[in-house]
Amino acid sequence: MDVNEIQTIEHDVVVIGAGGAGLRAAIECSAQGMNTGLIMKSLLGKAHTVMAEGGMAAALGNADSRDHWKIHFRDTMRGGKFLNVWRMAELHAREAPDRVNELEEWGAVFDRTKDGLINQRNFGGHRYPRLAHVGDRTGLELIRTLQDHGIHQGIHTHMECTALELLKDGDKIAGVAAYWRDTGRFVLLKCKAVILATGGAGKAWRVTSNSWEYTGDGLAMAYDAGAELMDVEFTQFHPTGMVWPLSVRGILVTEGVRGDGGILKNSEGKRFMFDYIPERFAPETADSEEEAARWLEGAEGARRPPELLTRDVVARAITAEVKAGRGSPHGGAFLDIASRRPAEFIKRKLPSMYHQFMELAEVDITKEPMEVGPTLHYFMGGIRVDAESQQTRVPGLFACGECAAGLHGANRLGGNSLSDLIVFGQRAGMGATEYVRANPGSVAPDHDAVKEAFRRATAPLNRESGESPYALHDELQDTMGANVGIVRVEEELKKGIDDVAAIQKRAETVKAHGSSQYNPGWNQALSLRSLLVSAEAVARAALMRQESRGAHTRLDYEGERDEWLDYNVVIRKSKDGSMDVEKVKRPEPDAELKRIALSELEPLEEEVTAERAKTREVADV
Amino acid sequence: MSEQRTFRVWRGDKDGGEFATYETKVDPGMVVLDVIHRIQAEQANDLAVRWNCKAGKCGSCSMEINGKPRLSCMTRMNVFAPGETITLQPVKTFPLIRDLVTDVSWNYEQNQRVRPFKPKPRGADGKMRMYQEDVDRVQEFRKCIECYLCQNVCHVLRDRDGKAAFTGPRFLLRLASLEMHPLDDDDRIPEIKDEFGSGMCNITKCCTDVCPEHIKITDNAIIPLKERVVDRYYDPLKKLFRVFTGSK
Repeated sequence: MDVNEIQTIEHDVVVIGAGGAGLRAAIECSAQGMNTGLIMKSLLGKAHTVMAEGGMAAALGNADSRDHWKIHFRDTMRGGKFLNVWRMAELHAREAPDRVNELEEWGAVFDRTKDGLINQRNFGGHRYPRLAHVGDRTGLELIRTLQDHGIHQGIHTHMECTALELLKDGDKIAGVAAYWRDTGRFVLLKCKAVILATGGAGKAWRVTSNSWEYTGDGLAMAYDAGAELMDVEFTQFHPTGMVWPLSVRGILVTEGVRGDGGILKNSEGKRFMFDYIPERFAPETADSEEEAARWLEGAEGARRPPELLTRDVVARAITAEVKAGRGSPHGGAFLDIASRRPAEFIKRKLPSMYHQFMELAEVDITKEPMEVGPTLHYFMGGIRVDAESQQTRVPGLFACGECAAGLHGANRLGGNSLSDLIVFGQRAGMGATEYVRANPGSVAPDHDAVKEAFRRATAPLNRESGESPYALHDELQDTMGANVGIVRVEEELKKGIDDVAAIQKRAETVKAHGSSQYNPGWNQALSLRSLLVSAEAVARAALMRQESRGAHTRLDYEGERDEWLDYNVVIRKSKDGSMDVEKVKRPEPDAELKRIALSELEPLEEEVTAERAKTREVADV
Repeated sequence: MSEQRTFRVWRGDKDGGEFATYETKVDPGMVVLDVIHRIQAEQANDLAVRWNCKAGKCGSCSMEINGKPRLSCMTRMNVFAPGETITLQPVKTFPLIRDLVTDVSWNYEQNQRVRPFKPKPRGADGKMRMYQEDVDRVQEFRKCIECYLCQNVCHVLRDRDGKAAFTGPRFLLRLASLEMHPLDDDDRIPEIKDEFGSGMCNITKCCTDVCPEHIKITDNAIIPLKERVVDRYYDPLKKLFRVFTGSK
């Protein structure tokens, strides 16, 4: 193979992944004058961001004028069990309102308040109604807005193009080896900076809300290129996925159902969440159905219903009810909004949920309860980045969105993902631009590395025989579900690690039949490696963290342990190719941020009210 | 209760192909896309199909199922008669890449032709104000998942020369979502008439019939656009006014 004969495209920056984060990053790079390439495994506008339903969190203060970035920041830190990167949580809370308003200038049409402003809805863990939304299809609105704006910014979009490996010149990023899915031909993208926006690796589990694209490509490519992974033990199980029919098991049921009044019941008809309120949240959670009902009506002083506790809490509660024999017929819990809200309200506020259950499960959610159970939804952890620029420790390599770690800590609040995409997508775009400007010299990927990347990719096609990539993927999902699931224990985690290692060995001799042209079998074979790296990383990090915090629950180490509060689990590739897992001390937080996060709610609210009054005085003067 | 079912699936590329027959087990609750995945995993690893969310939200898995354009992820197996053979083909209006996958890039070229949203200046308080009742219609249009089933069934686009003169229902819908946006500050009527070919639509409503989002494409988007065009260009008084002022 002669490298000079391979199709070569040159950009300043290549963004990998065209969901909300990748699109926002590409728009920023392009706006800053970078020649920007955007590659994606699917067609433009199809990325999994379209599945996000509930909304994007930003302290706009439209629905409740008491909201403030400090309250959003505090909610995010508490939701993340204080393991978030403090500075990222701060930047996110401060910048989200500007990013949301900017979407409106680009054509987004959010639901409105009576005053004609962007409306905001309640969501788990958020003190005030904070989620800008469009019914229950906010993700589609976000992606379409960025898409329709982005195509006029001079971005070069490369659709159905899969990245294989990152290429370097010495220690610096120099390009991406990729292939076109429709023809199977290879393409060499030369560039000075790469922004990864590839999402998580939910497809390593069977019951997941994630699409086929979620194979951890960015995590594996970054890991191979020398970047670090962090907090990957924190995999969020969304409490409400569909459980029936089997073929749709895992598909998401938006938290908006609960935000708009839906309640959870067990097979005995009991509203069980009142039995699962953690001590930390007890002062802010309703302790009776009567109080919860008053909250829903917007009564002053009424506290939030326990169905809106953070996702980890609700997911564990459903799992516990099912284990105790009080589950629904197909092994979940009942989510009931039919008895709480009129049919017209449900159809207007939750149109896609109505549609989804009617068409896929033949359940009319305005008349009957839904059956729901936990589904692997989101990676809080991912590639370790600098908070300001989103750069990894590899010069020229950036990451944003779900594939990056830091903002969400041990557990992500609903609605903080879409805002994460636009806040840190924009920052990654700026970061990459500044990097390219500061490094004007040319870079060239090493020819042998290019050849080796393409040789590895063709191997499954050229092999005489071998195992089916589908069968191996199936086995991986089996072991991750059984051993690295929602509740974890040392023995099972070790079994999971051994199983993954065995599958890794077999994956080296996997066989793809047919040609390279639009061949799902071959694509599946190629994605196994990143799935397996991601799965191994999760299992190893989960084994190391000997406590239960946020989305990571250890049966053998119950409860949060103070000695773990100051540590992240960081993973990197060692010289011999094995996976290094290290417990790394967290830097001391900024004193002011620490004060805000640890503050009681009432004094903090008084503080921001006073601040606001002061600003107003200044403005009046 | 699982049952054995027969599927005829188009296999081939631009140079030709044929139907292949697969027998496979179907479980309760399965949709057509589940069956395709099972055939892929068990019998034909390289069977090409485009899909993504598997929940009717991304619009990737459009195909013709027993001759009807549908999303395969939202077509439940129990809509077919017991024992009925199910035939799967790629959509016909766009060039075939392989098996069930077509080249829909023409649609992306159309989208590129639509000028982006041009916001009116913000109010004195720095806010953009729109009222819910004024955006309901635009939000209906923005539900579009770009599955291109409407483009696939459009007679004008299926006609050999149609694509040269007409942008298709999807992009008239998009233009309508801008034209009816309370804060869009652009005049789009001249190009809707001249460049995007609003007059080409003959209101057979085939697009509306196949829309998986149940958007009333013809009634709510295309007809009102046609009316705006008529108001502007065929109202005799306004015509006279244009002659005198020299406006478009």
